[in-house]
Amino acid sequence: MSTSQPDRELVVDGLSIRFGGLTAVESMSFHVAKGEILSLIGPNGAGKTSAFNAITGYIEPNGGTIAYRGIRLNGLKPSQIAAHGVVRTFQKTSVFMGQTAFDNVLLGLHLASRQRPLAIIFALPSVAREEKELAEEARRILAFVGLEARGALLASSLPYGELRLLEVAIALAAKPRLLLLDEPVSGMNPSETASFMQILARIRALDITVLLVEHDMKMVMGVSDRVICLNQGRIIADGPPAAIQSDREVIRAYLGERYTRAQD
Amino acid sequence: MKQGLTIAWLLFLASVPLWLNNLYVLHVLIMAGIFIIAAMSLNLLLGYTGQLSLGHVAFFGIGAYASSLASLGFAVHLLPDWQVSVDPKPVWFSMLCGTLIAGLCGWAIGRLSFKVRGAYFVIVTVSFAEVIRLVALNWVELTQGPMALNNIPYLRLGIPGLFELSFLRKPANYYLVLAVGVICYVVIRRLVHSRAGRAMIALRENEPLAASVGVDVTRYLVLATIVSAGMAGAAGALYAHYVRIVDPDVFLFIYTVTMVIMVVTGGKGTLAGPIVGGAIFGLLPETLRALEAPPEVQWVTYGVLMVLVVYFLPDGIVPALRNWWHGRSAVAAAPAPEQASTEAAR
Amino acid sequence: MRGKIPNMDQLLQHILNALILGGTYALLGIGLTLIFGIMRVVNFAHGELYAFGAYMMYLWVMVLGANFYLALPLAVLLGVMLGAAMELVLLRRLRGADIDTTMLVMIGAWITLQNVEQMTWSGVAKSINTPFPSSPLVLGSVSLSWNRLFVFVVALALIGATYAVINRTKLGKAMRATFQDRDTAALMGVDINWIHTATFALGSGLAAAAGALLGPVFVVVPTMGDLASLKAFAIVILGGLGSIPGATIGGFILAFMEELGAGYVSSGYRDAMGFLLIIVILLVKPTGLFAQKERIG
Repeated sequence: MSTSQPDRELVVDGLSIRFGGLTAVESMSFHVAKGEILSLIGPNGAGKTSAFNAITGYIEPNGGTIAYRGIRLNGLKPSQIAAHGVVRTFQKTSVFMGQTAFDNVLLGLHLASRQRPLAIIFALPSVAREEKELAEEARRILAFVGLEARGALLASSLPYGELRLLEVAIALAAKPRLLLLDEPVSGMNPSETASFMQILARIRALDITVLLVEHDMKMVMGVSDRVICLNQGRIIADGPPAAIQSDREVIRAYLGERYTRAQD
Repeated sequence: MKQGLTIAWLLFLASVPLWLNNLYVLHVLIMAGIFIIAAMSLNLLLGYTGQLSLGHVAFFGIGAYASSLASLGFAVHLLPDWQVSVDPKPVWFSMLCGTLIAGLCGWAIGRLSFKVRGAYFVIVTVSFAEVIRLVALNWVELTQGPMALNNIPYLRLGIPGLFELSFLRKPANYYLVLAVGVICYVVIRRLVHSRAGRAMIALRENEPLAASVGVDVTRYLVLATIVSAGMAGAAGALYAHYVRIVDPDVFLFIYTVTMVIMVVTGGKGTLAGPIVGGAIFGLLPETLRALEAPPEVQWVTYGVLMVLVVYFLPDGIVPALRNWWHGRSAVAAAPAPEQASTEAAR
Repeated sequence: MRGKIPNMDQLLQHILNALILGGTYALLGIGLTLIFGIMRVVNFAHGELYAFGAYMMYLWVMVLGANFYLALPLAVLLGVMLGAAMELVLLRRLRGADIDTTMLVMIGAWITLQNVEQMTWSGVAKSINTPFPSSPLVLGSVSLSWNRLFVFVVALALIGATYAVINRTKLGKAMRATFQDRDTAALMGVDINWIHTATFALGSGLAAAAGALLGPVFVVVPTMGDLASLKAFAIVILGGLGSIPGATIGGFILAFMEELGAGYVSSGYRDAMGFLLIIVILLVKPTGLFAQKERIG
């Protein structure tokens, strides 16, 4: 654990990601403080999802370091990173479609479970005991996101808004200390978004730090402690929501050169 | 009720040698049982982890050869002046060796070949089985090549001087295969309803998501391969000491295909699927033979059925039956809430 | 072995044999790689088209008494037609299905075709008469049968023709577009259904041609397709799935490895070379030797 800055949960330093000749992220440095909700915003192609993929081990960055609580994450597999407590969701809806909602969460509880293969094969009593606890836990998590009545339904039969909640439930099952949400409310209607914001508040109450990528500005400005704006792979602004909203660079990135000039 | 049904089934299967006095039919059942064990083991890989391994017969054959060789004893020159010789071992110990060696090969193949997926994985597994077949054919000093390993001893269990069970006759072998089959079924059922099985299902359904919740993909694929290969090896060992002759043809690709057809037809990723599929395709050849059809008709039937199953029963027989059953009970249950709502409307 | 340096002569003879064999291997590989690259179908029935070509040659030359040079194009044409029929009947309705599904169907087709062949022609090996002189062509210290030389020349011509179709014709352009990006190609007005049928027919025709050419060199048996399929996989993996130049070079590399392996290691392991090659290649460089960019999985 880094002793100099104990409040810095995740430190990204000089991160660069290139695809062939295309630069997705260029020497990006930022940190996530313990307990905060930090949002990454920026136009499409600004490098937000690429940064997410690098932090969680889905792509190998071309340069820079990523450290979580003083542990270097570069080169670790996604499953190892998850075991350190850094868990993500995906931009495109990603659940276990052929399973029931309850089983989806149960599959997500992999890290909460300790059974060893031989214990399973010999059906030791500890396994049965743990299975009971896991089922309890899965029910609790489903209830936490408000899907307690949907447990027995196949994921493929759930409406879109509930699928996105199920994704969050799966991620929560992995016991994150840092949760990375990739556009969790995209495609939701305003009332679904509003109830998602409430869930986010409850997640934060569990002492889970949140790194959010989102396009819905109302939500970003409503829930974030701090906002970082990216454009073309670089950080152009970093500050509290109010400051970001009035930042000229940000406005230019989103609305184009002409709009800022017109404002002058 | 489900448990009662299982016990009833088991009792029925156990009673077969008591009332069936046709030894040929019993032989057919034993062979079907051996293939069902192999198909169950393949189902762990194909059905639960979703990896289409087309080299599965290699593990079956390795189990058969390893067990036979251990029980017969052998001497080979690994280098011109370095001879390794093994004395004959008891058959139960040899069968255990066959199972473990097949499992070990599963571990090695799993470690190596899960670097690649999809079409590549399929082709690596096919190649592996073919290489093993060619080794069995050409390493004559060890395997007797095309002359086959003959006079393989049958299993004898017991305490010297007290009692002895000999597995020479068909009824005894039937119970042996049934016992091993039940053990394999129980092991697979426990695995798939546990953390390990859920990890396998997770990576079949959505590998990136599985990794994001901490499932170590390689670890669970390799675990599935070890268990699966070991069981196929056990089936091979049963085969070797029952038929008592093993030749390189046990590695023929067509047997892998037979196992795949059994699993896919019965329902991959279901516990009962390989048993149902194995029973159908284990008994079908004998039915065709009883109708005096030439052997090619059997394979043509397999091929056509395979295509038809993919088109019309893509999930297999067991899930289709289950859906049909649920659909029926849902229809049966439906009138009740309808009545309630009409009453409420009044 | 005669000659001053018998080992050198022997090596030369092996190299010559490999070159001759490589041509037909390349034909097999190109057909398979086309089908995989464009249709994403792992065609386990590929070797059966090879066997089909050989049996059609037998049918025309030995049963119906047709002229050898006339029988060859007829056999290839029938292979093309069988390929087109298989695509229309078996694969068309599976468009968009995952790779395992089409693979299972092709395995079913393979077993069915092989055993229908067995029922039709029996398992007895058949040989096909050729119009070539039986005395070999002697070039210094090495010799070569006229039949094999003919096989090599025709194979090279067919490889050249395939390249011309792919690179010079409208069909080839549409095939390349589909290979690059199916959805965009469809948007640009490429008839994907037609491309699939044409690809499968072309690939099957090449396999049938390889069989029709090699049938008279060796003997014709119903199981001849098994090794042909597996060798075609080896060739295609060697060159990278979907790469035509890769399959061409891969065909020659496999032929060299087999010839040299059989000549200097053990003839029993001749057929193992391809599989060892597959295993080594996939473990060391899974994209094959010549593929530019291929996603695994």
